[in-house]
Amino acid sequence: MSWTGAEDVFLSTSLASYLDKKLLVLLRDGRKLLGLLRSFDQFANVVLEGACERVIVGDLYCDIQLGLYVIRGENVVLIGELDSDKEELPPHMTQVSEADIRKAQKAEKDATDLKGTMRKRMEFLDFD
Amino acid sequence: MLFFSYFKELVGREVTVELKNDLAIRGTLHSVDQYLNIKLENTRVVDQEKYPHMMSVRNCFIRGSVVRYVQLPPEGVDVELLHDATRREARGG
Repeated sequence: MSWTGAEDVFLSTSLASYLDKKLLVLLRDGRKLLGLLRSFDQFANVVLEGACERVIVGDLYCDIQLGLYVIRGENVVLIGELDSDKEELPPHMTQVSEADIRKAQKAEKDATDLKGTMRKRMEFLDFD
Repeated sequence: MLFFSYFKELVGREVTVELKNDLAIRGTLHSVDQYLNIKLENTRVVDQEKYPHMMSVRNCFIRGSVVRYVQLPPEGVDVELLHDATRREARGG
């Protein structure tokens, strides 16, 4: 495989035009990673430098520093180029500490678990 | 290769790509490759409230394996042409 010329890079579907840019990588399990794209291949395996995970719970969010990440391509859903002129998140969202976001995550999980068990108990009523 | 060729014809059109995780993204088709990986430009997420982290994404690369549907403009589909191309391909070229 030959290396495409500089002009072709921007016409092709390859990730070459995203190299050294700050990207948002969406994974199959719903995680959102941010970092600089340093390398990639045809499977969309990617190397992110200075990666962090953005955890969002309701209107709260937290960026958790991870370091250098190699992501296996099969887990990648989408790779988005972040527009540096735009705010990354809506203004009503607030940044909190990692401890706080974990607490919020747990509260949300407990709430959905509770909803599940309530539904189970009501199943004998047989309504939709 | 038929659908690869087909999608190449749609470059520059406005399409909506729905992913297997229910995320639907509308944007201009920039390019497509043999795996049906898709690059979109001027993207916006259909349900912005639900996906705030996508707010500042303007261009994106979508892995072909996670695509559920591509919604096309009606005039982008020439059924007759696809029909013929399919038969030609089935005959071996």
